[in-house]
Amino acid sequence: MPEHTFRVNGETVTVDVADDVRLLWVLRDVLGVTGPKYGCGINVCKACTSHLNGKAVNPCAIPVKALEPDDEVTTIEGLADTVDADLHPMQQAWLDQDVAQCGYCQPGQIMAAVAVVRRAKEEGREISDADLDGIRNVCRCGTYFRIREAIRAGAKAM
Amino acid sequence: MRPRSSGTTDRSPQSPPPAPELGRRRFLGYVLAAPTLMAAAELAPAPAATAADTSSGPGIPTTDITEIVDLNDALTLAAAPTSALITVQVNTDGTVSFALPRAEVGQGITTSTAMLIAEEMDVPLDRVRITLADARPELLFNQLTGASNTTISTYTPVRVAAAVARGRLLEAAAIELGAAVSTLTIKAGEVIGAAGDRIGIGDLARKAAAVTTEAVTAELKPADRFTVIGTPQNRVDALAAVTGRKKFAMDLAVPNALPTMVCRPPTINGKVASVANLDAVRTMPGVTDAVVISTGVAVRARTFGQCIDAVRALNVAWRPGTAASKSDRTVLDELKAAEPSMGLPSVTPTVEETFTFHFRGNSALEPNCAIADVRSDRAEIWSGLKSPIVAKQTIAARLGLPVGAVTVHVTESGGSFGRKLFFDAASEAAEASQKMGKPVKLMWHRADDARQGRAHPMATSRVRASYLGGTVLGYKQRHTSVATDLSHGFGEVITAIAAKLPVGDIGFSETFFQLSQSMPYDFGVYSRVLNETDKGFNTGSMRNVYSPDVTCARELIVDRLAANMGKDPVRFRHDALSDERARAVLDKVADLGNWGRTMPAGTAQGIAVHTEYHAANAVLVEIDCRPETVNRPIRDGVAGPRVTKAVCAVDVGLAVNPRGLEAQMMGCLMDGIAQTLTASLHLRDGAFLEASWDNYFYTRQWNTPPELDIVIMPSSREKPGGAGELGVAAAMAAVACAYARATGTMPTSFPVNHGTLSFEPKPTVPPVPASPTDGLDHAI
Ligand code: FES
Ligand code: FES
Repeated sequence: MPEHTFRVNGETVTVDVADDVRLLWVLRDVLGVTGPKYGCGINVCKACTSHLNGKAVNPCAIPVKALEPDDEVTTIEGLADTVDADLHPMQQAWLDQDVAQCGYCQPGQIMAAVAVVRRAKEEGREISDADLDGIRNVCRCGTYFRIREAIRAGAKAM
Repeated sequence: MRPRSSGTTDRSPQSPPPAPELGRRRFLGYVLAAPTLMAAAELAPAPAATAADTSSGPGIPTTDITEIVDLNDALTLAAAPTSALITVQVNTDGTVSFALPRAEVGQGITTSTAMLIAEEMDVPLDRVRITLADARPELLFNQLTGASNTTISTYTPVRVAAAVARGRLLEAAAIELGAAVSTLTIKAGEVIGAAGDRIGIGDLARKAAAVTTEAVTAELKPADRFTVIGTPQNRVDALAAVTGRKKFAMDLAVPNALPTMVCRPPTINGKVASVANLDAVRTMPGVTDAVVISTGVAVRARTFGQCIDAVRALNVAWRPGTAASKSDRTVLDELKAAEPSMGLPSVTPTVEETFTFHFRGNSALEPNCAIADVRSDRAEIWSGLKSPIVAKQTIAARLGLPVGAVTVHVTESGGSFGRKLFFDAASEAAEASQKMGKPVKLMWHRADDARQGRAHPMATSRVRASYLGGTVLGYKQRHTSVATDLSHGFGEVITAIAAKLPVGDIGFSETFFQLSQSMPYDFGVYSRVLNETDKGFNTGSMRNVYSPDVTCARELIVDRLAANMGKDPVRFRHDALSDERARAVLDKVADLGNWGRTMPAGTAQGIAVHTEYHAANAVLVEIDCRPETVNRPIRDGVAGPRVTKAVCAVDVGLAVNPRGLEAQMMGCLMDGIAQTLTASLHLRDGAFLEASWDNYFYTRQWNTPPELDIVIMPSSREKPGGAGELGVAAAMAAVACAYARATGTMPTSFPVNHGTLSFEPKPTVPPVPASPTDGLDHAI
């Protein structure tokens, strides 16, 4: 079986798995990294949202062969380490607003939120209602309003 | 007039005296023989114990049964006889453990239960450890999570157990510190003596333990000394949720339980006729097993991705299912044929309308899933289950194992909305594991979950209100629905206690309907009937069950009555409401939401009221139905009218955790918005067309009101009501009323966009879509 080498949450990993297995399953079923969740498998619900080299992506839609050895995959488990703290400011904002209900969508929500704020900052602007409306992550518990509040608060601390 | 046993409930405008409340705070409990202190609650007298009296006597009841006994009383009544088995344990590290015999599905009951214990024992909230109990058949009905009943039914027993523990700790400390119990207090998990000497409860855990089980009495803290109950608290599992450490069923590492998926039929409940390439599929990369099970062909592989590939590769001939050739249109015809008569036309003016509510999916974001490890002599199951006892018994029977040989672990659920009352995935996992002879981690693909999962049944609601001048003389509602499957859990409860309920000899669904529906308005002679038809669908009770549809229809009629009488809709509601708490929440949202303010054409306000679960709720929304808003571009989704603002007021009696209650109301609002505007399943030729969240339009960020205000009314009762589902009905109705006002129409079919199919249906063969490969192109 082919070997694939890349980085996950700061560590280099090598997995022995078929080329076309999507990254979500390599993370969850092979590596046991279960923060990214399955909600659709077709890049719609965004429950699996993680970062690849700092950008939000959906691992359910990335074949593992697309990854290079120096590609850095960050899942919710590794988010705090990117700021060298116990919690990323966005996670703290999530706690402050008590956003999570069942929590199933929340790893993906937080990873998407961080990316959206980073994008706005790179463009030198504040988070707008349009940015928030544009977040596609499904939350079936309907925590959307608290998510909006948390992103605004988290953005200030980022 | 119809006889009572038909399920009609008539009511005259007078209200009965309120049901008696518990006046005492002293309860019996137990200290159980255990190495460390273990306290158990004696059962509390059921508040509705007097309700049975009203069932005797002939004739037509003159009061609405839900004013005497409602579904929650029924469930609380069912729970009472075994509540004594609820135990609170004090550990040597100073923590307190409690295995909650309920399912946490996001509604926050682990947090609210921890609060009850922290309050009664004076220990810090973060030292209370709540886990979910395995299925415990000895609890009979007391392990059913539903009807927003958890806090109502466990509020007293949990506190009694904690109070017993507290009493024992004080007694043990009195010996240790050589002081009288009356001189001791507990603060932050330490017993403190008059001289400031202190001893932690962890140090007392063994000393306070009992060698033999003893009965004791305990006094509950009076409400005026509460420091935890009634204060806003964050969820106890919030940190785990935001760090990805919270474990759901599919996150558990059960040895050798490999990913498993099922290749499902192209029509609802179709069956496998034959499989052409089973052996070839078994040799696909990663695949270990492929077997035919009762619902399709199960494949087990190293990764779920490889399961998806195998499911897509299977070449299966299918037999037609239980809804063969049915479509929305034909089901509507069935409903029309089953609609009961509205009776003779009224001689006074009437407002009359028929509403249609289409099928809706109650999928949670976590799809149906379960882990099963079935051996020849035993089985172990892990799943998010709201009726684990029924699951355990049913699965044991199907596997041919004694009930005692099947262990059912209740995992945290990624949402429920009614779905997790059923154990479809657990049953399948058990069957697949038995047939393969290996442990399986079975998950439904999202497409399966939408197409073959439980749906909220399609229904019609006919309403006729007659009036004269400014007075409503009568109100009739005839609700006709595709049958709702209430069998797993509620059915057993209702059967067991049916004799105690004043509803006569009627079926499960009608009983549930009568017990859950209330009429908040004094509208003269009132009657409601539920009729069901067609059991060919996989249905279930979706969050708030019948109430959203029934309430939506009613509130639209209320608006029209007000218009015909030339009255302001809020004034009209205020004057007609028979319940003070309902009036108070209505007034609150009208005031806070600036009811009646001038708004641009194409935008409007809507307001609605709902009472259930010993609680009252009112919602005011503002909606924007202008074309530029409705048609704003959204990729792979629908835009539709935008609810721009929502104000919600809620009175649940005692709000144990106002912050959690607010969260539940927020979620209910999002459900209500979806049900009125965008979310439905389209049935065509025996199958639902929706296969994912880009087809099934649950509320998304672009539908979320940017302005939201939720007001928790001051405690109006000594006890909590239910909250997890409460807010859906008024939210759905308020959005519908606003939509009607903004568009100048009377919407009669829900959701309002159902007539337009806003997506390209995905193929049904193969039953699940291919996994995309272009993820890198969408990075943000
Ligand atoms: S599972 Fe990846 S987007 Fe839904
Ligand atoms: S918190 Fe449950 S799906 Fe978002």
